[in-house]
Amino acid sequence: MRRAALAAAVVVTAATAALIVSVDTQAEPASADLLGEMTGGSTTVWATGRNAFSFPAANLPDDERTRFVIGNSFFKRNWVETPASTTARDGLGPHFLARSCAACHMHDGRGEPPPWQRGISDEEPLALLLRLSVPGQDAHGGPKPHPVYGDQLNTASVQGVKPEARVRLRWEPVHGRFADGTPYTLQKPIYQTDRFGYGALGKSTLVSPRIAPQVIGVGLLEAIAESDILANADTQARQPGPIKGKPNRVWDVFAEREMVGRFGWKANVATLAHQTAGAFQGDLGITSTRFSHETCTLAQVDCRAAPSGAEPGGVEIEDKTIEDVVFYQAALAPPARRNVRDPQVLRGQQLFTQAQCAVCHRPSYTTAEGPFPRLTSKAVSGQTIWPYTDLLLHDMGDALADGRPDFLANGRQWKTPPLWGIGLIRDVNGHMRLLHDGRADGVLEAVLWHGGEAEDSKQQVLRFNEADRRALVAFVESL
Amino acid sequence: MTLKFKPTLAAALFAVAFAAPVDAQTAATPASVAAHYATLVHANYQDTLTGAQALQQAIKAFTAAPSQTTLDAARKAWLQAREFYGQTEAFRFYGGPIDDDNGPEGQLNAWPMDESYVDYVDGKKTAGIVNNRKQAITKKALASLNEKGGEENVATGWHAIEFMLWGQDLSETGPGNRSFEDFVDGKAPNADRRRQYLNVVTELLIDDLNMLVKAWAPGAKNNFRAKFEKGGNESLRKMYVAMGSLSRGELAGERLEVALASQDQEDEHSCFSDNTHRDAVTNAKGIENVWLGRYVRADGSTLQGPSLRDLVAAKDAALAQKTSQQIRSSVLAAESIPAPFDRAIVQGSAGRAKIEATIQSLTAQSNDIVAAAAAIGITKLTLVQP
Repeated sequence: MRRAALAAAVVVTAATAALIVSVDTQAEPASADLLGEMTGGSTTVWATGRNAFSFPAANLPDDERTRFVIGNSFFKRNWVETPASTTARDGLGPHFLARSCAACHMHDGRGEPPPWQRGISDEEPLALLLRLSVPGQDAHGGPKPHPVYGDQLNTASVQGVKPEARVRLRWEPVHGRFADGTPYTLQKPIYQTDRFGYGALGKSTLVSPRIAPQVIGVGLLEAIAESDILANADTQARQPGPIKGKPNRVWDVFAEREMVGRFGWKANVATLAHQTAGAFQGDLGITSTRFSHETCTLAQVDCRAAPSGAEPGGVEIEDKTIEDVVFYQAALAPPARRNVRDPQVLRGQQLFTQAQCAVCHRPSYTTAEGPFPRLTSKAVSGQTIWPYTDLLLHDMGDALADGRPDFLANGRQWKTPPLWGIGLIRDVNGHMRLLHDGRADGVLEAVLWHGGEAEDSKQQVLRFNEADRRALVAFVESL
Repeated sequence: MTLKFKPTLAAALFAVAFAAPVDAQTAATPASVAAHYATLVHANYQDTLTGAQALQQAIKAFTAAPSQTTLDAARKAWLQAREFYGQTEAFRFYGGPIDDDNGPEGQLNAWPMDESYVDYVDGKKTAGIVNNRKQAITKKALASLNEKGGEENVATGWHAIEFMLWGQDLSETGPGNRSFEDFVDGKAPNADRRRQYLNVVTELLIDDLNMLVKAWAPGAKNNFRAKFEKGGNESLRKMYVAMGSLSRGELAGERLEVALASQDQEDEHSCFSDNTHRDAVTNAKGIENVWLGRYVRADGSTLQGPSLRDLVAAKDAALAQKTSQQIRSSVLAAESIPAPFDRAIVQGSAGRAKIEATIQSLTAQSNDIVAAAAAIGITKLTLVQP
C-alpha cells in the first residue's frame, strides 16, 4: 500500500530527491519507470558511444527494419552533381549547403559551429544554416523569402554556378559571475556574410542562424497529440509567473493544412515529411513531388540555367525514397538514460524541478500516433516517453533573439528543444555545442544564455553553489 | 532446491569441459565468460594487427618499386588481413574501445566511400585529396578530413586503402583494376602523392589497431579489459548488444538488405576489391566466435573457453542448441553467397536467393540472441523480444 501511494506522489510532483531515493531502495517492477530511465518507452535502446543515436526503435518489427536501413542509406549517401554515372543519386544543387543529410546530422547527431578559439573562422560553418527573409509574410503566413536569395543562404554550388555567399563567424566574450563570485565567460557569435554571388543582402534582410540538431526520437515527438501541446500552453497560461508558452501554427505541404509546429528551432515545421522534403530541396538542392522546384530565384540566372538531375517535368528524388528517409528518422530510437540512481543526478533532478526548468522542459508524455500512417512505424505509438520539452515557443530574452519572425514565432521566441540524448552528444559527435546556433559549450553555458521567460530560472541557477551547479549538469547529462 | 539441481548442473559443467579442448576447462560463470571473451578479443585484434603489419610491408615494397607483382602482393595482404578484421566487428556497438567516444571505428572501417573525395574517378580526373597539392598528407590531416562534411567522405581506413590498391570497380566480372602506373612518376599525375597517401593511411590503420590491442591487453591495470573483466553481467550485456546489432542492423541490414534493394555496387561493403562476400562470412563467423567462445587464430591454433552458449545451456539447453544452430546456419548461408557480390545482387541472379536466405537466418538469429540474453537475465539491449 505504501509503495503505491509513494509511486503516485512521485509521478504527480515530478519527484523530490528524497522520494526518489526511497523508491530506489526497493526493487521496482519493470513497468514502473518512475525515473524515466526508458527515455522512449519500449522504443528505448541501451546504447552509448559513437552509435548511440543510430539504432532503430528496440521494438521495431523485423520487416520494418529493412525499410529503416534503406532509408538510412539515403540519409547518409552523398548526392552528386548532374550529369553523373549514377542516376539514383544525382541532382545536387545548383545551390546547396551539404551533399547529404548526414553531413550536418553526422551519425544522426548534432552539428557544431567552427571553434571560437580561432577568432574569425577560416572555414565555412557546416551544419549551420542562415535563414533569410524580408519583412512581411508569404501566402501561408510564413516568412517572406528574400527576393534574390530566397529563404536561406547556400554557401556551395555546382560547377558553373556561383555560391550565394560566404559565411564567417567571429566570437565576442561575454563575462559574468555566479552569486558565489565564480566568474564565467560565454562566447557570443557574430555572423558576417560576404562574397555575395548576386549582390548585397540589403539592410532590411532578417537573418537567423540554425544548427542541425540530433535526430533521435523525432518519430515519438511527432506522435505526441496536438492536444497535449495545446494543454501545455493552457497550463502555463493559468499558472502565475512569466512562463507563457505559445504553440506555433504552420502550413504543412504534406497534410495540406495548418498544424501545430513542432520541429525546427522555432517550431516552424509540423511534420517530419515536410521537414525532410524541405531540407532535400533547401539544403541539398534535390527536388521532390511536394517541393518540385529548384530554389533558384529570378535574379540567379546561372542557377536557373544549370542542368537538372530529373527528366523534364520530373523530380530528383522519388516519393518512395523520401518516404523511406522519413520512416528511417521516425524510427531512430532515443537511448536510455544513464546513472539515474546516482545521488548527484537525483539531486540535480530535484534542482531542475525547483528552478522551474521542468515547466518548459516537460518531462513526460504518452504518445498517440504519427500524422501519416504509411510514414511512421506503429512502434512509436502509445509509448510513455521522456523528451523534456513542451514543444512551445518562449520569449528567451534579448541575448538569444534573432529578430526574425517565423509563422507565429516572433523575433524573441524559440521552441523548447527536447533534452533527451543530450548527455550522449559528446559520445556521438565529440562536442557539446548547444542552443539554436551551437553557441553554448555545455549544459551550464546553455542555461546561462537563457533569459526572457526563463530569466527567473537562470537567476536561481546563478545562486546555486558549485556542488548544485554540477548536480544540475549531471542530471541533464543523464538524459 | 540447490541440492536437487546440483547433479544436473555438475553434469552440464562436465559436458562443457569435456567438449572443450584440454587447455580451457574453466567452468562457465559470468566472470569466466567475460575473461575468456577478453582473451578472444585480444587475440583477434592481435591477429588483425599482424596482418596489417604484413600489409604495411607489402605497401612499402609496392610504393618503393611499383609493379604489377608488388601491387598484387599488397592486394593479397589486404585480403588476408581483412579475414581477421571482419571477425572483430562482433566487438562493436557497445561503446567499447572500437566505438566509444574516442573510438577509431569510423577512421578504420567507414563505408560506403565517395571515392572522388580521395582520388580521381571516371569522368573526374582531378578529383580528391590526392590531386589537391595544397592539401598536406599527414596522419593528422587525413584523420581530420575523414568523414568531414559527410559520412561518405571517407579518407582513411581499410576501404581507403582498398580504393588506393584496386581503384574504382568498373568491371562487370572482376574487381577494380587500378594500374600500378598510377603510382609511377611520369606515368600518372600526382603519383608521388598517391604513394604518400597509401603509406600514411596505412600507418594510421596500424596506430588504430595498436590502440585496440592495448585496450584489450591482459595484465594491464587500467585498460578497458581490466574493467570489462570485472563488469559481471554488464559485460555479458555488452557481448549480446554487439552480436545482436551486428546480426540484424549492420550485416543483414546495412550490408545485405540495402544492396539487395538498390542493386547498386555503391552499396557493396568492399566494392573495389569485390571482397564483400568474405565480409559477410567473417562478420557471421565473428558472431559465432563470441557465442561459442571459440576463435581460430592466424597460426591455426584454436582458442576455446567458457562462453555465453555455456551459460545459456545451463539455463535452457534447447534454446542454446537452437541459437547455436541458427548462428551456424548464418555462417553457412553467407558462405554460399557467390562472388562477385555486385553481380549477385542484380535482378535475375541466382545469388539474390542466397543473400535473402542469409538475411533471414541473421534475422532469426538476432531474435534467438535476444531470447538467449533473457534466459540468463539480461534485457537491456538494442533489440527487444518480438
